[in-house]
Amino acid sequence: MAKKRMIQAINEALDGEMAKDPKVVVFGEDVEISLFGDTRGLKDKHGAHRVRNMPISETVMSGMAVGAAAAGYKVVCHMMFGNFMYTGFDSIANQASKLRYMTAGQIALPIVYMGVFGGGRSAAAQHSDAMHPMIMNLGGIKVALPATPADAMGLLRSAIHDPNPVMFLQAAGRGGEQGEVPEGDHVIEMGKASTVQEGDDVTVVAIGAMVRPALRAAQELARSGIGVDLIDPRTVVPLDSETILESVRRTGRLVVVDEARDMCSAASHVAAICADQCFDALKAPIRRVTVPDVALPYSPPLEKALLPNEASISDAVRRLLGKAATGGGA
Amino acid sequence: MSVAPSDANLSDEQMLGFYRDMLRIRRIEERIGDDAKAGNIPGAVHLYIGQEAVGVGFCSQLTDDDWIASTHRGHGHYLAKGGDSKLLMAEIYGRETGMCKGHGGSMHVADFSKGIIGANGIVGAGISIITGAAWAAQMDGKGAVGVAFFGDGAANQGVLCEALNVAVLWKLPVIFVCENNGFSEFSPSSTVTAGNIVDRAKPYGAAHEAVDGNDLIAVHQCAARAIKHARAGNGPSLIEARTYRQRGHVEAEVSFLGSTYRSDEEVAEWIARDPIPAFAKRVLDAGQASQADLDRIEAEIAAEVAEAVQFAEGSPYPDPAMQGTNYMFA
Repeated sequence: MAKKRMIQAINEALDGEMAKDPKVVVFGEDVEISLFGDTRGLKDKHGAHRVRNMPISETVMSGMAVGAAAAGYKVVCHMMFGNFMYTGFDSIANQASKLRYMTAGQIALPIVYMGVFGGGRSAAAQHSDAMHPMIMNLGGIKVALPATPADAMGLLRSAIHDPNPVMFLQAAGRGGEQGEVPEGDHVIEMGKASTVQEGDDVTVVAIGAMVRPALRAAQELARSGIGVDLIDPRTVVPLDSETILESVRRTGRLVVVDEARDMCSAASHVAAICADQCFDALKAPIRRVTVPDVALPYSPPLEKALLPNEASISDAVRRLLGKAATGGGA
Repeated sequence: MSVAPSDANLSDEQMLGFYRDMLRIRRIEERIGDDAKAGNIPGAVHLYIGQEAVGVGFCSQLTDDDWIASTHRGHGHYLAKGGDSKLLMAEIYGRETGMCKGHGGSMHVADFSKGIIGANGIVGAGISIITGAAWAAQMDGKGAVGVAFFGDGAANQGVLCEALNVAVLWKLPVIFVCENNGFSEFSPSSTVTAGNIVDRAKPYGAAHEAVDGNDLIAVHQCAARAIKHARAGNGPSLIEARTYRQRGHVEAEVSFLGSTYRSDEEVAEWIARDPIPAFAKRVLDAGQASQADLDRIEAEIAAEVAEAVQFAEGSPYPDPAMQGTNYMFA
């Protein structure tokens, strides 16, 4: 194990996969200089023909990924900010997500669309969306949202190996966070949740960047004698519903924390699955801690007020247990 | 611009082959049209009738290693590139034995083993996909090319500009073939398209040529130049093949359109310039084939059509219990 920053873990995953497999190629906006650092240095190591800057032309870019993958390459298409995927959405939503299915699985379509997502850094409305719910709804794209450097490395390697398109979403502004990363070819299977902390009173499912504040909340709640079973699904397509259901059957309570807007969020989906499949085990209503159905504002106090944080997660858990600690009533 | 047609370098056998390829598309599609009107086909069909010289002119010079991307009007490209008529017919009939096992239908026929990335229900989508496939071909370094067929309607999608830009910058072995058939779905081109489509290559410095899309020999020669240009590593071409969509946008349109968008005189004028009888006259006049040769081809194609329909009609529908997950995340 060694401590690494998340961006370094992503960079090493790309570097390692490119070194192992000459069919792995990286292209996208400013991948040569690399705004976030995740693709930095790859061109010098692996050649200009495998690491290529694209014009700011998301429409052709997302479709080129489909064509190059159909023609035998393992394509990493860096869209920079997740919001820019909307500009290139036809090839994501109409082509990549459907081509394998509608041609009866004639080919593999190994594409990794990368981008950062979420708020918290005053990037404002058009650079801060959490777009994973709409990708989840496409039905043909896997979605990985790593919360730690180790998971980022393991999930990205797994995504590159996957014969299906994968959306790899890195939490914006979180690339500098450090964590222990196993040595060697660390791979994490898609669809395997991680139990971050064990507890018996309430299940908290936290997605992507929400794992960190949820863990802080869980640690704070533990000091009050509240045991949180904290689950990080790591991928929302496929979703490890078994691990979530097993936990909820044990605790009888569920809080889902998601940085997406509330309506049709990943949190809604997790809540729906649990309501469907372990309703009899629930001792209280399922709570979602999400973002209101508005665009994220620019000014730090405005933005902070909308995003889930340690306090709002902790508060949701306490209310569920009828133990509101501070502020308003239960 | 197109040079004066000259067939000096084409053998009698090649000429007869072109005739066969065009007539095969025509007769198969006539049957599909009849079947659509008779209610034997579950979904919409968009016929290529009148435009056969374009697909045959290009695809007759491509191998299975070259890629094509097609359109919602894609049966002709599929057949010209070597697609199997039985598998096509069964797919359009929605049967288990279809090319895509009934999952794609008329608008999504594909055969990757023959370099047919597929028809596409999204106007202009093939342009970005073929650009990516051409990038793959360039990286492979074996001289393969990508050809995107699209209509004049698709030329008004911004992706054409994006693709020309990157294809010129990267010197991609790609040919953008705009089949200007006079209509953008139900709107005459003149009402929705400014200027000459072929001229859209100029600001990017891409090779370009307009050609009579109803003249097989002219198309063949134009295609030869563009393919040679691409294989030699000289970059993309934009070809505007001027032709005419003899049928409606979609076969069923007479049943739901309240008015017409073209005159009977216009249709008659273009039918008089139908590429297939014109080509038949050419080979007969030049003594390259006899009427008996043409009759034999007609009979052989009639047998192929009958066999394809029999195969489709005799095939089972896919089992609904198998749908949904078979070809997704395989």
